[in-house]
Amino acid sequence: MAANAEIIKVLICQGTGGMASGAAAVAAAFTEEFTKQGVEASVGKRCEVVGTGCRGLCANDVLVDIVLPGQTAVTYDFVTPEMVPQIVTEHVLGNEPVAKKVAGEYYTQFLAKQQRIIFSRCGTVNAESLDDFLAHQGFTGIKKAVTMKPAEVIDEVKRSGLRGRGGGGFPTGVKWSFCAASPGDEKYLICNADEGDPGAFMDRSVLEGDPYGLIEGMMIGAYAIGCKFAYVYVRAEYPLAIKRLQLAIDTCYAKGILGENCMGLGFQLDMRIKAGAGAFVCGEETALMASIEGHRGMSRPRPPFPAVRGLWGKPTNINNVETFANVSYIFYNGADWYSSIGTEGTKGTKIFALTGKVKHTGLVEVPAGTTMKEVIYDVCGGILNNRKFKAVQAGGPSGGCLPAEALDAQVDYDSLIKAGAMMGSGGLVVMDETTCMVDIARFFLNFTRAESCGKCIPCRIGLKIMLEILERITHGEGREGDLELLEDMAYDIKKSSLCGLGQTAPNPVLSTLRYFRHEYEAHIKEKRCPSNSCKPLLKFEVVDGACKKCGLCFRVCPVDAVRWEKGQLAVIDKEKCTQCTSCYDACRFMAIE
Amino acid sequence: MSNAAQSVAQEEIDLTGANQVIDKYQDMHGSLMPVLQGIQEHYGYIPEPTVHLVAERLNVYTSQIYGVLTFYAQFHLKPRGKYIVRVCMGTACHVKGATRIGDTLTEQLGIGHAETTEDLKFTAEYVACIGACGMAPVIMVNEATYGSMSVQKMVEVIDKYKAME
Repeated sequence: MAANAEIIKVLICQGTGGMASGAAAVAAAFTEEFTKQGVEASVGKRCEVVGTGCRGLCANDVLVDIVLPGQTAVTYDFVTPEMVPQIVTEHVLGNEPVAKKVAGEYYTQFLAKQQRIIFSRCGTVNAESLDDFLAHQGFTGIKKAVTMKPAEVIDEVKRSGLRGRGGGGFPTGVKWSFCAASPGDEKYLICNADEGDPGAFMDRSVLEGDPYGLIEGMMIGAYAIGCKFAYVYVRAEYPLAIKRLQLAIDTCYAKGILGENCMGLGFQLDMRIKAGAGAFVCGEETALMASIEGHRGMSRPRPPFPAVRGLWGKPTNINNVETFANVSYIFYNGADWYSSIGTEGTKGTKIFALTGKVKHTGLVEVPAGTTMKEVIYDVCGGILNNRKFKAVQAGGPSGGCLPAEALDAQVDYDSLIKAGAMMGSGGLVVMDETTCMVDIARFFLNFTRAESCGKCIPCRIGLKIMLEILERITHGEGREGDLELLEDMAYDIKKSSLCGLGQTAPNPVLSTLRYFRHEYEAHIKEKRCPSNSCKPLLKFEVVDGACKKCGLCFRVCPVDAVRWEKGQLAVIDKEKCTQCTSCYDACRFMAIE
Repeated sequence: MSNAAQSVAQEEIDLTGANQVIDKYQDMHGSLMPVLQGIQEHYGYIPEPTVHLVAERLNVYTSQIYGVLTFYAQFHLKPRGKYIVRVCMGTACHVKGATRIGDTLTEQLGIGHAETTEDLKFTAEYVACIGACGMAPVIMVNEATYGSMSVQKMVEVIDKYKAME
């Protein structure tokens, strides 16, 4: 891309991640240095997309690309204003990249196994510019779609094998055909952008990095189904996503791309954003529709399914952001191309949000069927601080924790369900040996209990009782029979809850019980937390044999409870210690118990 | 805190802003939530008199409005601080020690989740996920995001805002 550049370019990540790490200061330092040295160069924003919306590696911010005329870009990571003079002198003027500061091999590796299709525009184009979008295949998908009959469009989507990316994995084409077949002229199309899963943020990146791509996908869907009105339900916690999308919608109206006669293609579509108001349950489709109608977001029993009786009683089709984004690409390159990627049961690529105790956190787009091991170790560089891998939590509060034995599982819908988790929206939270699995189960249950809408009793009361049991266990007050009771309740709640939230809420408990039962037992029988994570069960002592006398614990302790001198064993003052676990987390040698 | 809320509730609220918001959305299908969101944006919270105004003008029961207001986490019925400190409690942040960050905030300000300091300077909130998991643990103070938090960094950030007007 640098081949045609005539001027030296410095591109700096200035999204939330970049700004939080001090991108503004770095940009100012570059400008100042160039003025001082008399170099003509442009200091620009590489991506203003928030956080990992850009290339998915904002954990290493501030990332800076230096593009010299006629050369490929060189990427630096962890750039600080102090490094700028050296980079300018040696690299820009001396044409010799500062080897020590260049983003290491991991950066190439991070990108090597990925196949960035949905993300191909994110971070590459200016998300707010319609011209940029048009220059990158923009709206060619919808133009192709309107040359076909709506039924043929649906067939094309069916043929591609696309399954809903919101988590359930229902074939998208089939879903569309249900709504298309429903009688009535007035139908609604809804894009579910209520990404509430803690640990998932790919929808946000698409909304912020490629809003026109989403609009195009929705236009294709609306044309196929025969909807004239579309809503995008975005959670209010994503102000930038709402702003970008609103801007894109406004531009589309101004240019006649949306409205009475879309692009002159002979169909009508109006689109409106509906901002959510902070309720996880609104990701469930019946609750989401209630919320759009202005009620409390309570789910209702199905059937009737939304395709028959949805928003304001009319046939409605709901898809997730990533699903619509996929649709555009199916029409750019054809269903055959799309179905050539991925596995037998899951076609195309899937975006994962990797977080937790992994070296390079971020957004990763890989073909379905890549194994969990490849994603965690090859793409994301393995476990932080060289600790031992314990589990990966897939699928958010509705998913499950997979142990090391399951690392060879492929990331597609069917393999993950077989292993006891689910794809969900694609959040993968990596945990190491310092994470207590009982605590994680408690954490998720606490979340789903708080977010339950309270309409049905299994979910409202059942989850509360399960949470109380787990809290008791993590406080060292577990009793014989607790685990059996937990299991019984979990199955009953799954069977009898009204909507997806309740039906899946016990999953984290069940999967941790399946793979990490010994940890529960240690809490109950020995009153001990094997991962040293449950505060009431901790002692905080330095293990003499393991301590390398490095003083890390001393440096991180916020209350000066650690006594340490160079070359000496550290000692923890129990009087002062507030059991904040800072030292335990910081120690690289597992020398604190 | 409760004193502040009472005195505001008894205060005369200028309803012009609320009326304008209602004018804007009145004819829209499903207008209740956008109206409430608009009012909150205008006043910073939902003052009681506006609830009665909305009930009257949109022809909905006040009980239904309160049903909506108390259901969604985003609505606030009491005035809030100048600096809203949101501590992310998402999975990634939890795994990386968000509880400790939250505890530090409580120690520093003496307030817990959804509470406001008496001088109306700070409001503390524990939120589910703000979608910046790559930088966990994360907090937000108003619109500014602070990533990779530690107990020490948390103290520094709070001190910075304490020193500000």
